Parts: sequence; structure tokens; C-alpha cells
Amino acid sequence: MAPRILLGLLGLAVVAWIGNKASQDMRIFWIVTLNGLTLAALFFVVAAGFTLIFGLMRVVNMAHGSLYLLAGYIAFTLQGNWYGVSSNLLSGTPATVVSWLVPLVIATIVIGFGGVFMQQVFLRWNQGQDLRQALITIAISVILADQMVAHFGGIAESIQQPAVWPDSVSFLGIRYGFFRLVVVVGAAIVIGALLFLAIKRTRFGMIIRAGVDDRTMVSALGVNIQLVFAGAFFIGALLAGLAGVLGGTMIAVQPGNDSAFLLDSLIVVIIGGMGSLGGAAIGSIALGLVNSYADVYLKFGTNDLTNYAILLTFILVVAVLAVRPLGLFGRPA
Amino acid sequence: MSVARPSTPLVAGLNGRGMRITRWVAIGALVLFLAGAPSIVDSFTLAQILTKALWLGIAAASLIFLSSYGGMISLGQTGIYAVAGFTMANLVHAAGGKHLGWDPVAATAAGIVVATLFGVLCGAIASRSYGIYFLMITLAISVIVFYFFAQVTTLSGYGGIRSVTSPDLIGNPILNPVPLYYVALVASVLIYLGIRYLARTPFGLALQGIRDDPARMQALGYNVPLHRALAFGVGAFVASIAGILSVWYTTQISPGGINVTQTINILIIAVVGGLYRLEGAWIGALVFSTIDNYSRVWMPNVGDWLGPDRFETIIGVIFLVIVLASPGGLVGIWESLWDRRKRRLAPISAPGIPAMEVVDDAVDHPAAV
Repeated sequence: MAPRILLGLLGLAVVAWIGNKASQDMRIFWIVTLNGLTLAALFFVVAAGFTLIFGLMRVVNMAHGSLYLLAGYIAFTLQGNWYGVSSNLLSGTPATVVSWLVPLVIATIVIGFGGVFMQQVFLRWNQGQDLRQALITIAISVILADQMVAHFGGIAESIQQPAVWPDSVSFLGIRYGFFRLVVVVGAAIVIGALLFLAIKRTRFGMIIRAGVDDRTMVSALGVNIQLVFAGAFFIGALLAGLAGVLGGTMIAVQPGNDSAFLLDSLIVVIIGGMGSLGGAAIGSIALGLVNSYADVYLKFGTNDLTNYAILLTFILVVAVLAVRPLGLFGRPA
Repeated sequence: MSVARPSTPLVAGLNGRGMRITRWVAIGALVLFLAGAPSIVDSFTLAQILTKALWLGIAAASLIFLSSYGGMISLGQTGIYAVAGFTMANLVHAAGGKHLGWDPVAATAAGIVVATLFGVLCGAIASRSYGIYFLMITLAISVIVFYFFAQVTTLSGYGGIRSVTSPDLIGNPILNPVPLYYVALVASVLIYLGIRYLARTPFGLALQGIRDDPARMQALGYNVPLHRALAFGVGAFVASIAGILSVWYTTQISPGGINVTQTINILIIAVVGGLYRLEGAWIGALVFSTIDNYSRVWMPNVGDWLGPDRFETIIGVIFLVIVLASPGGLVGIWESLWDRRKRRLAPISAPGIPAMEVVDDAVDHPAAV
């Protein structure tokens, strides 16, 4: 019980601290909160695919971040090569809805099939050896990371959002980036709702839920479980790809993003519990908010501790694991 | 580790003695070579391949110790050795960091103590998690340590700490690589023997029991999380020595040297060598540092796909092939070849001998993962 009481007190202290800071300047508070929530939306899209694959197949796809980054590069390259869009204001043409949407769809689908290919070739025949599969996907991510540097270079690029979209929207009396707030958060909500409905209401979802609990039984009942696995891997990779294009537009496409977003997915699912969609949502929000609050509010008088913000992520993970070793919504395998 | 070794009577008689002699001759030759290496190989090979393989091997040994005796595959070793390296580098005279000007030997001891304590803390956090969860939590630890040192400019920042003072014993490893080589060699030997000894103590035996069946050990009254946390502390101690050696080796430490790539490299070394045999650590490290050096010279350009700069691709492909073909690594491959030879030499061909499935057993076994 002791850790729970301690953590409760810690939580209260954090809320009081943020409340105190917020009362000093509400405008900044809302902007910081929105930063956290929009980041959380992106984390959710990445982590939902990761947790879906794990929940059903017990495969920890350590190449998930590589799929994310590869999608960003594919979309960026298509936007440049097919539509002449570039971030250079002088020579490039601004992006339109079509020249943003078409690369997005193609990159997402390509990554979806790439994921299925990876699963069929490398993971299908060693089902159940979860550690070996993790090592295999790590090897793939090492190769992909190096090849992406070779083919796309080491400079940070960004995918251009359609020029017809407004730069910002007014919200709660503040102006905030349209793409982050409307497109990314909207996409996360739609995806979350669709996944929730698909898992709770459709036959495919029913099979997935049954498969999570006992895949041998499901396949004994006549379901082609291999097909279901391929389908789940397709959707999981698809989500990584979609998030890659969204993130590439919202932030940047650059080397290192693969491991950064793999880590974010890991932390999200460690907090939320592997295989749980609701856990991924809660974990994303927790991680996003902690990141953005710590970046701004970790100042005590003249002591600027914002450099230590990353430690708060660590404390968050430790705090959750101390109380629930399998994460908030995790269940034993 | 469920290494199903065929019983010795199988290879009794002349064959067995012959093989034992071969083995001792091989070990003797290895000892002679390692002791005399500075006069056998040129100083470039000594520093760039042998010394590097020794300290990378120690880092990988800390991982292999945890995986083979504790059933814990940890990606946190890089984070822990970084804590040791950065602690020491901040305490001595150096460019960057706190440069507190401590005596290098005292700073080294402090670095090892801090990293070991950090390891016990991490072990306490991760000790109730198993298998793939453990892997992810320890990866998170490594990455968080990376971001910590990258962001905290008073302790390091992205530039890192350069010109770190080494003890007089080491001197300048660039001018004279021999002392550091011997220090790394002695450290490796002591760590190898120390871990082998630890495995036979009551603590080591309990740890192996926990690896094979945590629930049963719990029922027998053992404090399972405590044993795992302490084992992680032992692993951290070994890793911290690798961290100290790495700083002496390069005379600097920066977040770039402890990033995810390095974390994965240590894992690659352990897996290529053999995750379930301690010797594998140094074998994997030797393969790694050899390829690291020579692929940058002889690798031809194949479009954008391969070339002198594509070391990570080459090592990644080797890693992939090893994991696909033989998760027991090179040691596992060697052992299965050796085993086949033994069986061929065996006087009676016994059909019922179990094949040596070091690899699949260890991976399939729920407790070993």
C-alpha cells in the first residue's frame, strides 16, 4: 500500500504545482496543454499499431519506429518527385490537398504491405519465440536505419501541408497550429474510434479478441489464424506509416526519429499495458502531457531544471511499474 | 539455459583424451597469444581490434551474464556503462563536464560505485518484469540515460566530455596502447573467472533456479525480485568496468557513443557471439571490431546499398542471419559442429542421443526468455 499512498501524494503535488503555474498565466497553460495533447495524439497513432500487433501475436515489433520513419521518407520523396513540392519557398510549388493526400495514402499502404512482407518472411515460422522475434525485428531496424541514411541523407526534411489549410485556428482565446490541433488530433480520434468499433463490434474484432486470449483454440475452431495475423500486422504497420506521414508534416522527417518513436511507443505501452487500446490512449496522454509540462514548468524560482525533463518520463514509468508491473491495463499473457 | 550436452561416457577412451588434449593446447595457445599480443601484432591492430574487442566484450559479458544465468535479456547495459563513464569523466580533469579534478583512480572507483548502485535501482524497477517486458524496460532505461546526458549541459551536453585524464598506469593510449591493452585483458580475465565462480555460489545457483522456474523458487522461499535485482547489480558492476575502459580507450565520452545504436551494437555482439555462453561475449566483440575496421576499407560500393560507410548494414545483416539461423550465436554453431564430430567419433552410434538444441531450447523455454 505504501507506494500507492506515496504516489498519490506525489500526484497531488504535481497537480498543485501545475495549477499554481497555470493560475499565473492561463494562456501559456493552454498552449502547453495543447502541445502535450497533440503530441499525445501522434503517440497514440504510432502506439496503437504497436500494441495491436503485440496484443494479438505477442510480437514486439522493434522495427515499428523504422516503419514510421520510412513512411515519412516515402511521402516526402513522392511529394517532391511527383508534385515538385519542396520546403524551398523560391523554387518549390506549395502543396495542395491532393499533393499531400496522395503521398500519404501511398506511403501508408506501402508500409502496410511492407509490414505484412516482414511478418510473412521473418516472423511467421517462429511464432511463440517472442525474444527471437524481437531480435529479428531489431536486426531489420538496424539495416533499415542505415539504408535510410544512405538513400535519404542525414538532413531533417519536412512534408509540406496543403497551402490552402490555415496556419492556425483560434481556440479558447489563443491561436494554435491548425495541422496539429485539427488534423493530427482529429486523425487520432477517428482512428481510435474506428479501432474501438472494429475490435468490439465486427467479426474480425471478435476473432482478434479471441485470438489474444487463446489463439490455439481460435484456430481449432476453424479460423484461418495466419490470415488474421497477416491482417493485424497490415493494420499495425499501416498505423505506423500513417503516423509517420502525420509526424513528418507536424514535426520533421530525420534520422533518429525511428528510435525516438519506437521508444515513445514502448513507454506508452509500458505505461498503458501491452495489447490494450485504452491503455495506449491513456499512456499517450500521460507521456505527451508529462513531456510538455516538464519542458516548460520545471522551473523553481531561478533554478531552470527543464533540461532534466527527461527524468520525469523515467519517474512516470517507474511510478506506474511500481504499482502495476504490467502497466495500467496490462493483463498477464 | 537448457544446454543438453551428451554425457561424457559417449566420448570415452582415446578419442575423449585426444579431444581434451586438443582443448588444452588450444587454450594454452590462446593464453600465449593474448599475453604476447603487443609483440605479435602491430599497434594499430592491438588498439583498434584487440583492446576494443576486450572492452566491448566486457560490456557484452554483462549482458550475457544476465541472459545466461538470470534469463534476463537487458538492453540497459549501455545506459549503465554510460553512467560509470560520465561519472568518472565529470570527476577528473577534462574538457567539458564538471572537471572537479579528482584523482583518476578515486574517480574510477566512484564511477563504478555510482553505476552499480544505479544498476541495483534499475534492477529493482525491472525485477518483477520478465522476457520481452524486461527487454523493453531496460531499453527505456538506456535511452533515458542517453537523453539525460544529451540534455543536461552541466554534466555533458551533446558535445560530451573530451581529454579525460586517465590514471598514470594507462598513460596516453594513443601514443602507447600497450598498458591499456593489458589492463583490459586482466579485467576481462578477472570478470570471466569471477562470473564463472559466482555461478557456483549459492547466490548463482539460486539465480539459475529462478531463471528456470521463478514460481517454484518463490514457493521454496527465495526472494525472487531481490535475487534478480542483485544480479542486475552484478551485471551493472561488470558493465561499469566496460564504461570506464571505453573512456580510457577514447579519452572522451559523449552521448553519441551511448545512443540506441551503441545499445543495439552491444546486443549484436552478445547475440553474434552467443547469448548463452560467456565466452561468446569476447568472440562476438572480436568479430564486431574486426568487421568495423576492415569493412571500411575493402567494402566495394554497390549502388547506395553497400559501401565503406555501410558498416551498420553489414553488421545488421550478419546479426539477422545469426538470429535466423542459430540464436546460439557463433559459440552455438561451433558447439553443434563439435557435437556432430563427437558423435561421429563415438564408438557406438546411439540413435537415441538427443540433438544438442542449445538454441531452440533456450529460446523456447519460457523461463529462459
